Amino acid sequence: MYRAHVLVCGGTGCASSGSGKIQDTFKEQLEEKGLSNEVAIVQTGCHGLCALGPIVVVYPEGTFYSQVTPEDVPEIVAEHLLKGRIVERLVYKEEDEDDGSVKSYNDTDFAKKQHRVALRNCGVINPENIDEYIGTRGYEALGKVLTEMTPEQVIDVVLASGLRGRGGAGFPTGRKWQLARNLVQDGGPKYVCCNADEGDPGAFMDRSVLEGDPHVVLEAMTIAGYAIGANQGFIYVRAEYPIAVERLGIAIKQAREYGLLGKNIFDSGFDFDIELRLGAGAFVCGEETALMTSIEGKRGEPRPRPPFPAVAGLFQRPTILNNVETWANIPQIILNGPEWFASMGTEKSKGTKVFALGGKINNTGLVEIPMGTTLREVVEDIGGGVPNGKKFKAAQTGGPSGGCIPAEHYDVPIDYDNLLAIGSMMGSGGLIVMDEDNCMVDIAKFFLEFTVDESCGKCTPCRIGTKRMYEILDRITKGQGTLEDLDRLEELGKYIKDNALCGLGQTAPNPVLSTLRYFRDEYVAHVVDKKCPAGVCKALLSYSIDPAKCKGCTLCARNCPAGCISGKVKEPHVIDQSKCLKCGACMDNCRFGAISKG
Amino acid sequence: MKSLEELKAIRERMQGQLGMREEGEDQTRVVVGMATCGIAAGARPVLNKFAELVQERGIKNTIVTQTGCIGICRFEPIVEIYEPGKPKVTYVHMDAEKAEEVVTRHLQGGQVVKEYVIPATISVPSK
Repeated sequence: MYRAHVLVCGGTGCASSGSGKIQDTFKEQLEEKGLSNEVAIVQTGCHGLCALGPIVVVYPEGTFYSQVTPEDVPEIVAEHLLKGRIVERLVYKEEDEDDGSVKSYNDTDFAKKQHRVALRNCGVINPENIDEYIGTRGYEALGKVLTEMTPEQVIDVVLASGLRGRGGAGFPTGRKWQLARNLVQDGGPKYVCCNADEGDPGAFMDRSVLEGDPHVVLEAMTIAGYAIGANQGFIYVRAEYPIAVERLGIAIKQAREYGLLGKNIFDSGFDFDIELRLGAGAFVCGEETALMTSIEGKRGEPRPRPPFPAVAGLFQRPTILNNVETWANIPQIILNGPEWFASMGTEKSKGTKVFALGGKINNTGLVEIPMGTTLREVVEDIGGGVPNGKKFKAAQTGGPSGGCIPAEHYDVPIDYDNLLAIGSMMGSGGLIVMDEDNCMVDIAKFFLEFTVDESCGKCTPCRIGTKRMYEILDRITKGQGTLEDLDRLEELGKYIKDNALCGLGQTAPNPVLSTLRYFRDEYVAHVVDKKCPAGVCKALLSYSIDPAKCKGCTLCARNCPAGCISGKVKEPHVIDQSKCLKCGACMDNCRFGAISKG
Repeated sequence: MKSLEELKAIRERMQGQLGMREEGEDQTRVVVGMATCGIAAGARPVLNKFAELVQERGIKNTIVTQTGCIGICRFEPIVEIYEPGKPKVTYVHMDAEKAEEVVTRHLQGGQVVKEYVIPATISVPSK
């Protein structure tokens, strides 16, 4: 029995900022003070506030310490755990009230507007201890399904909840299950797969669920196995997620020991087991048909649909493939009922969605919001706004498949249909915030470079089309574009969307098309004025010194790596444009604001 | 594991422990004074007894926590119980046995254990 629990975040974010060392130091210090039998150290998954990691939460007080270092640990042990005095200087600053008191973490702006369903256990339980998962009603839904419900009833509940695929496309999950159950009924094997090949730049929702609550995925897949009549599941997870892979392995082992995976689960006669398959880092393997081809041991390339996986998927057998976050919703839908789930969200998008906030935002991290929350609330209230007083320019959702949402749509409620209507998409949940210093042409180029690299090469529109689009964008950012190039980009983009083989190619032009739609003037500035309004594209930049402001201190000349600044002491200096590398070192060093770029 | 009963048994055992990580408005708080004065007077065994019994007996919505010096050091170990909507109760000169009695009679039985409550008027000892 312990009187206090010290929760140390062991997600990838906090682990990379040193939470392992913090755990060790807590262990040593507790031992030294003779508190080892009174205070438990619990390694948890992600709390979401990755920007302020490593995070340590002490219960029963619920004190939320942020940016903790190993050097802070002796003080927390001596003051908080031994004497009950909260170490104020380490408390998450949003919790501090003006009157000096500390408010609950749940009342902070970051936490208040969130609603954690898929992430409910992340940061609360120890993911490597199956008992803690069971303690939060884990595997209760599986027990209920296997002992009280028919497969048809399970599918009806998922259908009625309105849950749609969280991988991005938003296909109704219950419908997918229904097809896999009904279309082929020949008594042969069927499969349940989990897509944990999260590859969008800036997305880490699925990783956090796997690291913080791996059992929820196992439980949900087993439920689906029962619903469609499958006895084998596969989790396809990227090898680049070592912590997630390790914890999934531990979870599968524990579930087998408890008989929650294996033969005759809950004495119901139903058998189900799950195996891990590691992805080798190809983005296209997150596409469902490529993923299944890869599990089969072949080169990960997509294949045409139809036939859909519900008819002929893995090993040409009926298969359902759902994304990690989709799975994470299932047990709670079973336990709390479809009405509960459908009461959250908008008319056609029920429940919540997890977003990974990144880019120009104060609270970089993971948030879960009810569908229908506006982008403004996510960025300004939960995300803490754009840093350094800069202005919000756009948010990129859906990664390389999505688009940019400009400030004019800041108040659009986020759901599947609204995002599609404004030229973006839900995607798996990466949300990258951009401010006035981001060049939209450069952003489009960045994402297209990614798809060019990751195109598997099987179909021509994607293999060659995206390459040509990239070349045009590259020309534009170098000031060599023409206005016809803009029309060509649009034409080519539409052609690729219509003709590519798989989802990767069909969505690859989105970042270009959506920026062309909302920020055409920036493209035109690059082409006609040969200027980059945000000051990003180097070829279009020039630095100049204002002679009226220059004091002739020589600091810029001394810091210029190219030696292209000349001038006498106490006289205005001049930049030789032909030698300038446009590194900006002069501007960073000038104390008089005499250097400008444009 | 072959039955829901086994699952339920694990769940109930764990819920007692995980209850500590819940936060809510309607919680009863058992606060033990754990400054130097309290620790010297024997507050640690009191704190541990409360924490152990609350979890063992699965007492809902109750957290056991600690605080610094309450200011009346000669009455240590001091335990204060805050129940929503009720006046605070202050127990003094506590030990592990008295703690068990307070858990049984106060937290579970709903009756203040008057014998251990701080005297209404604190008399200042004469010099």
